[in-house]
Amino acid sequence: MIRRISAGPLLAGALCLFAATAVAQQQDSPAQSAATPAPAAAPAPPPAAAPAMTPTPAPPVAAAPAAAPAPTPVAAAPAVPAAPALPPGSPLIGRPASSEAASRLAPVPIPPLATAADKIPVDQFKAPKGFNIELYASGMPNARSLALSDKGTVFVGSRVQDKVYAITNKDGKRQVHVLVSGLYRPNGVAFKNGTLYIAELSQISKIDNVDDKIDASPKPVVIYNDLPKDEAHGWKFLAIGPDNKLYFEVGQPGNNVLHDDAHGQLRRMNFDGTGAEKIAFGIRNTVGFDWNPKTKELYFTDNGRDWLSEDLPNDELNRITKLGQDFGAPYCYQGNIADPEFGWGHSCSEFVPPVALMGPHAAALGMRFYTGTMFPAEYRDQIFVARHGSWNKTNKFGGDIALVKLNKDGSVKSLEPFITGFLQNNNYLGRPVDVMNMPDGSMLISDDWNGAVYRVSYGPTKKVAGR
Amino acid sequence: MRRIVLALTLGCCAALPASAQTVQERLPTCLACHGENGQSQNAGVPSLGGQQAFYVTVQLLMFRERMRVAEPMNDMAKGLSDDDLRSFADIISKVPPPQPTEAPTDADRVARAVALIQQNRCNVCHLPSFAGQQNVPRIADQREEYLVKALRGYKDNSRHGYDGTMADVVAPITDAQILDLAYYIARVK
Repeated sequence: MIRRISAGPLLAGALCLFAATAVAQQQDSPAQSAATPAPAAAPAPPPAAAPAMTPTPAPPVAAAPAAAPAPTPVAAAPAVPAAPALPPGSPLIGRPASSEAASRLAPVPIPPLATAADKIPVDQFKAPKGFNIELYASGMPNARSLALSDKGTVFVGSRVQDKVYAITNKDGKRQVHVLVSGLYRPNGVAFKNGTLYIAELSQISKIDNVDDKIDASPKPVVIYNDLPKDEAHGWKFLAIGPDNKLYFEVGQPGNNVLHDDAHGQLRRMNFDGTGAEKIAFGIRNTVGFDWNPKTKELYFTDNGRDWLSEDLPNDELNRITKLGQDFGAPYCYQGNIADPEFGWGHSCSEFVPPVALMGPHAAALGMRFYTGTMFPAEYRDQIFVARHGSWNKTNKFGGDIALVKLNKDGSVKSLEPFITGFLQNNNYLGRPVDVMNMPDGSMLISDDWNGAVYRVSYGPTKKVAGR
Repeated sequence: MRRIVLALTLGCCAALPASAQTVQERLPTCLACHGENGQSQNAGVPSLGGQQAFYVTVQLLMFRERMRVAEPMNDMAKGLSDDDLRSFADIISKVPPPQPTEAPTDADRVARAVALIQQNRCNVCHLPSFAGQQNVPRIADQREEYLVKALRGYKDNSRHGYDGTMADVVAPITDAQILDLAYYIARVK
């Protein structure tokens, strides 16, 4: 099923709907009369009642002179034209109004600076017996997605910084360079035939012959910008498929929103930005995908909605078996939960269920099939998934590299933590974002908490000095 | 040319480019404009007293990397090390917070601002005291015209946030509402 939703009135109506179930009630806006069938639970409150239901205490107004009447919502209403609902990107959308515990949860602030190399707690990260984990490179604040050039240069995107970094490796000596500055949320990086592709919030660009320009401040050339500009889930993962096309997602523009047909999907296009097409739908926010080396099917992680409960929904691992499949968001999550707001009138059976549940609010991000030969044979062609770790959960979950083992038919056999220790005592010591195969069979992990990249190897250690 | 602009912008202060001075040695330069007691006396220059250390670190980083362009701060932050940023942030967070310079006298504006604050949940992230937390700044008793400037900057996207939160929040807020919010928040007790 491919949905086509007209953006305007429906989206506006949807926004009003969120307001009705969100933290505090809003006054009706004229758009609400245009709202489509409202899920049952949200009768519009009378306007005057709205601010009174706000759970957070009003700021003191004691500074007002005694003569001034205490501002009541009724008095204020005429002076305040229909105030906005929560912006669609607000992490408060869907938060239960009456829960003190919920009110203590918020996205974990992202450290602005990289951790100094000697302060990165690599020794706290635990790998299975026989595996080693070491610091590969540091000093890259908010290090996110990884890509590798044919000359061995590792490119690292970022989300709240404006930079793409390059880690060069000459004769075993690694050096971190700022490849490009001044970008806007350049989370996605991909490399093919000498060219680096960069996905920013609302455009995709390229740098040809990038290995010759590492210190030359190259200027990326835009190849595609037919993209929305939403901040929420606007950062992109970028990868190149076996069909030699660039794949990227356009996330759902908020926690739980009915969106137009430009959002909530995977797209692919040619290397020159032509031929863009939408290939999968009902995707809330995927920040990692890769192709099964045997079946060539695309697998992708998808992050479930916030605020449904402490333990649900799980993030998803999905598999695309046909173009145009719909994975359910925002109508159905994890294949079997009809969304309490948008699921009415739908059945989860309309959508493609995930092949694995990745844990509640786990933030399953980057994932790659392991194609090297350094690790034991049982890891070959299995999936490693970076679980960034939750914020929307009192007892945090994730903060590890998970191993997903597959059956011959591509279905999932098992899921287990592989590298742990990033989350200890409900605090993050690191937050894995992406994983990547290296030519020698080792695997790199990026960590946007410490601004670092780690290397996982197997066998007796040949200690590689970190930076 | 740039130096002239800088000198004009600074007005009261001597323009000191980044140098080998320690953070402690440089601090008087900062506070000469931003206010020695944490309270700025200069239009357009924010009070920094009691500001959240996390937020200060983020802003100094953004000045240094020119992710936020606001001279003379980009010049001031040029060449600072990560440790310098942390030290400045730590010191500034311990300077006493600014105090309200006067009580709000316009009850209508207060009423409108209070309603706006509730409707836009400013008090969820900035806290009911407006003291802020971590990457969310203290805004209580900030200079009124600076609050206006900051909100307008987020609204017209001339000021990029570290994340997209404020751009999202102010998108539907009108300029008249910005003036009311700034009026009240600059005077909260």
